[in-house]
Amino acid sequence: MTTKVNQVQTSEGRVFLPLGPLLLEALKKFNPKVLWSNPVLLLTWAGGVLTTVVAIAEPIFGGVVASGGTRLPHGFTWTLAVATWLVLLTATFAESLAQGRGRAHTKALRDAKSPFAARRLSRYDPRHDASAHQTELIRVDPVDLRPGQFFLLISGDTVPADGDIVWGVGSFDESAITGESAPVIRESGGDRRAVMAGTKLLSDRVVVRVTATPGHTATDRMIALAEGTHRHKAPKELALSALLASFSLSFVFVALTLNVIVSPVAAPVSIPILVALVVCLIPTEIAALMSVTGIASMYQLLQRGVLVDSGQALEAVGDVTTVLFDKTGTITSGHREATRFIPLDGVTEEDLARTAVYCSIGDKTAEGESIIDLADHLGYATSDPEAPAGDFISFSAQTRLSGRDCAQGLSVRKGAESAIVAWLKHCGAQPDASVLGQLHAQTTSVARLGGTPLVVAEVTAQGKGRVLGVVPLRDVVKPSVPSRMQHLHDLGVKSIMITGDNPLTAAAIAAEAGIADFVGDATPQDKVDVVVAEQNAGHFVAMSGDGMNDAPGLAQADCGVAMNSAAPAVRHAANMVILDDDPTKIVDIIDIGRRQQATRGALITFNMANDIVRYFALFPALFAGTFPGLNALNVLHLHSVPSAILSTVIFSIAVMGILIPLALFGVPYSLANVERVLSRNLLYYGLGGILVAAIGIKLIDLIVMWIPGY
Amino acid sequence: MELFAAVTALFTLVVAVAVTYRPLGDYMAWVFTNPRHGKVESLIYRVCGVKPDKEQTWKGYLVVVLVFSAVGFLMLYGLQRLQPMLPYSLGLGPISPDLAFNTAASYVGNTNWQAYSPEHTTGYAVQMAGLAVQSYVSAAVGFAVAIALVRGLTRSASTTVGNFWVDMLRINLRILLPLSALATVVLIAAGVVQNFDGFTTVETLTGGTQIIPGGPVASQEAIKMLGTNGGGFYNANSAHPFENPSAWVNLFQTYMLIVIPFASIRTFGRLANDFRLARSLLATMAILLVVAYGTLTWFELSGGGLAPQAAGAAMEGKEVRFGIIGSTLFTAATTGTTGGATNSMLGSYTPLGQMVAILHMVLGEVSPGGVGSGLYTLLVLVVIAVFIAGLLVGRTPALLGKRITAREMKLAALVILVMPMLALGGMALSMAIPGVRAEIVANSMTDPDSQGMTELIYAFVSAAINNGSAMAGFAADTPWLNTILGVIILLGRFLVIALVLAMAGSFARQDRSTVMVADLPLHRPQFVVLLVGLIVFIAVPTFFPVLTVGPLAGGLR
Repeated sequence: MTTKVNQVQTSEGRVFLPLGPLLLEALKKFNPKVLWSNPVLLLTWAGGVLTTVVAIAEPIFGGVVASGGTRLPHGFTWTLAVATWLVLLTATFAESLAQGRGRAHTKALRDAKSPFAARRLSRYDPRHDASAHQTELIRVDPVDLRPGQFFLLISGDTVPADGDIVWGVGSFDESAITGESAPVIRESGGDRRAVMAGTKLLSDRVVVRVTATPGHTATDRMIALAEGTHRHKAPKELALSALLASFSLSFVFVALTLNVIVSPVAAPVSIPILVALVVCLIPTEIAALMSVTGIASMYQLLQRGVLVDSGQALEAVGDVTTVLFDKTGTITSGHREATRFIPLDGVTEEDLARTAVYCSIGDKTAEGESIIDLADHLGYATSDPEAPAGDFISFSAQTRLSGRDCAQGLSVRKGAESAIVAWLKHCGAQPDASVLGQLHAQTTSVARLGGTPLVVAEVTAQGKGRVLGVVPLRDVVKPSVPSRMQHLHDLGVKSIMITGDNPLTAAAIAAEAGIADFVGDATPQDKVDVVVAEQNAGHFVAMSGDGMNDAPGLAQADCGVAMNSAAPAVRHAANMVILDDDPTKIVDIIDIGRRQQATRGALITFNMANDIVRYFALFPALFAGTFPGLNALNVLHLHSVPSAILSTVIFSIAVMGILIPLALFGVPYSLANVERVLSRNLLYYGLGGILVAAIGIKLIDLIVMWIPGY
Repeated sequence: MELFAAVTALFTLVVAVAVTYRPLGDYMAWVFTNPRHGKVESLIYRVCGVKPDKEQTWKGYLVVVLVFSAVGFLMLYGLQRLQPMLPYSLGLGPISPDLAFNTAASYVGNTNWQAYSPEHTTGYAVQMAGLAVQSYVSAAVGFAVAIALVRGLTRSASTTVGNFWVDMLRINLRILLPLSALATVVLIAAGVVQNFDGFTTVETLTGGTQIIPGGPVASQEAIKMLGTNGGGFYNANSAHPFENPSAWVNLFQTYMLIVIPFASIRTFGRLANDFRLARSLLATMAILLVVAYGTLTWFELSGGGLAPQAAGAAMEGKEVRFGIIGSTLFTAATTGTTGGATNSMLGSYTPLGQMVAILHMVLGEVSPGGVGSGLYTLLVLVVIAVFIAGLLVGRTPALLGKRITAREMKLAALVILVMPMLALGGMALSMAIPGVRAEIVANSMTDPDSQGMTELIYAFVSAAINNGSAMAGFAADTPWLNTILGVIILLGRFLVIALVLAMAGSFARQDRSTVMVADLPLHRPQFVVLLVGLIVFIAVPTFFPVLTVGPLAGGLR
């Protein structure tokens, strides 16, 4: 089950997209109704229609008309008509390609949703029959499930709809959605009660209440976003569209008024050439690629297991300057590790370590393993040949301790202070008050530093008991966290950790994780207050959270990022959901958000730079027939007027070969300071745009000039 | 030699502007921030029933601007039509309705396009009660709108953008009148005429007679230049020795044209508390002005043809007392502001020199622009440049802590459309109506060739951008041209003002405190490069095609 998505992911570099269907889809976008939302492309479409009509009508009215005093070669109008349609085709093809890429990825998600029957509980009674063993089951199609209804999952079932677990605990395989192969625990009543359609229950039995209508589940939204089928323009996209519309409109106006204005001194420019002028100079490329950058960014987020609720949220996240992390179970690995051995008076560290290791051999918990690792690390023998055989006593909620009863009669235990004291008492070997006092002092100081004190004790075969010392356990930071925080720092983003832990623990964890700032002993209200304080200081704040108490903070933050395991209300308060519950994914999100904007900036700069060259290719050619002196402006030395015009139109098609990959993969976005980024991008895409256009148009001209008549 | 003269003239100008930049800019900032009303001001508020401490929303501000300008327009129109009944009218008759309309529109729109020959058309009453008054208040309207935009950018979560009446009165009483008085004294001392003598007939050395028109020239000259108006007392404008008697007065007049627009950048820096951004704006203006001056001078100095080569340069139509440098510097300044004053015959410039003058206007008149209008036009262009810079570095574009959203971009996108639409649309309309076209081609243009096209383009661009300068060969006093150019002037002025005020309101509403700290490097050279590039990119291409059949066809033979 885990394999499907992984296959797509690992083979991502060679996702095969058949050209035929993509072209067909691109052609379907020629429908003016579809183009309506993109006025610049609609204009190109109108230009194509106009030139084609002229090309068809021309033979009836006596062949190709001269333009601006220049005679044009036979078939010139048809050539321009075809070229104009090709400009439009490359534009729509770009979007089809981006959508196709998204679809290739979401195919696995769709497969995960393949039809099966759901076990709906028709009259579920949570009070008297919480486990639903006596409740009637109805087999229904998942699409018929409605919010508020209940269904039963038995191990091996695929989850038919998004919902909250109301009874039971189970381990789920969410790899189909998140790409993470490790199973996760979901249980009722806590912050981790949400299950997603398309995931699979691996063990146990749970009852789930439906929270989203099938078709509107997380998976469905992901599919729609990644395929780019339901896109709304985000604010910056709208702002840029306004600028593009202004540029386009001015050139349409130039084309409409030109012949009339120049009529006293020059012969009119032919309609196909006016159309070519408009098509080359309006920002067709950017208009086409705007949606491509959006879809491509969504796709990149999906690959990283992040769900964004709108393009607006993605644009906003690029501006984030402060990130608040909720510590609980997100920055730390969630299980605790031994940090050192603190022997009591009269006990050597080695004794304590050996006994602690005895207690932990055979202990499969993370704490037990970490004790052995620590002893190993400190150089104490952990595979003592004299290691006592015997039975391992595993941890239970009643005794709250674990250990070993060795064959020689030695018993060793580790556990909470009170449990150990109780055990010693039970064995009739209660330590004296001074020892207890010293022990208590140690455990208190460990606890005050935010650690969990684990007390180690032994009772010999003679019934002589003693307390050896304390092993502090502490939350450990996930190994990936420090480097991610460094990355965040490089992005110029401040990180703050908010936690309910005491400030000392918080300080220790923050230092270890590389988080700049922390707030300890935080109440839910504190979280909101910190968000507001940061916002008032002029920051743009993102906050990650997964608990119910995070919801107000997530809603207040400019960008709320919920973990997928969070309750629906929490996810609803957020703009984004991280599917595999790794809050450091925020770094990726900010990265992608900024890259998307930088890509758009690069595209528009490149296009404007291109235009400067196109002016010098097109404008002198318009009236060169009437005023031969204008050839002095033909700085590229293009061969002839028709060649100059055709080469410029062909360049508009060819340049998409550079621009489409740029839009799909995003421009390289470095973390250097904004000044350097600005100069570099201006240089690369501004100067580069001029050079590419000059060389490109000239090269095309060198080929076009060999066509008879040009 | 010429190079030395060109650099010296420029250097003198730069030093003069630099000396007054800070004190004048800071003083003007004080004018707008000082909470106390002067005694005269309070009296005027009381008489007019204005509550000076009650501010207006951008819509309210706009309505007052429009009403105020409309009343000014009607009064000016009425004065011209009723000229024979007014005192000091020198026996001149009423001005024709279309010319009166054109002149009223032109003065209310701070354009001062003069389709007439003043000494034969306007008496002292119209000149002083009508034209001079509008020369002051139309400049003040532009300044007031610019300050409203700056307030919008600097306020936080505000619904209002200032009180127009207070701005109007303070600009006039505290800035324009004192400076004009100062300038008038200097001009009179330098030999500019100031009297009420009317026409004096004198006998010349050769025994012939000549009619010398006197008049209150110096006072009009002061506001003509300081208010970037350009409406001269004489037809020859600043080429006339009574208006502009000597080379140094010529330089002083050039200085008067640009002193307030440049200093208002300092005012902006003071009000916005961002001198670094102000320096970027200053650099942008200076670069454009110097490049325009440089290319213009170069084309005039190297003017082709036999006569110019014999004379050493294209001296035709230029005053010997100013020379090439004095003429090109003045022309660069007048086309970079909404000045429109001229001291040489643009029609006699080389075709490429004419093109530079046209392009300099086409850039939007931001180098340094008209009083106020230069600042607000440049800020609109800055909004677009900041947006693109923000995209390039992957951040949300913010200007002075205000986000540039779709709404502001839409307004900015409309602003940059106004001038090309009006100029190209006006030309196209004129050429599309057969009767009008025939008249323009046959009568208005000197000849129906590329030079005639240049004249046509110049006229419409000058009107659309509210410049007011013209190529003398173009006969513009026809009913059609008076009407359409008047309409274009009004639309070019007040459409932009409406959009700018809408932008001011939109920015003012934004809450500064919740917006991230702007960290775009707006004070760095790369931003200036981007801004200059964008200004050129936005403006030039739309006129490039028509220029190919005008000055380019004439200049590239």
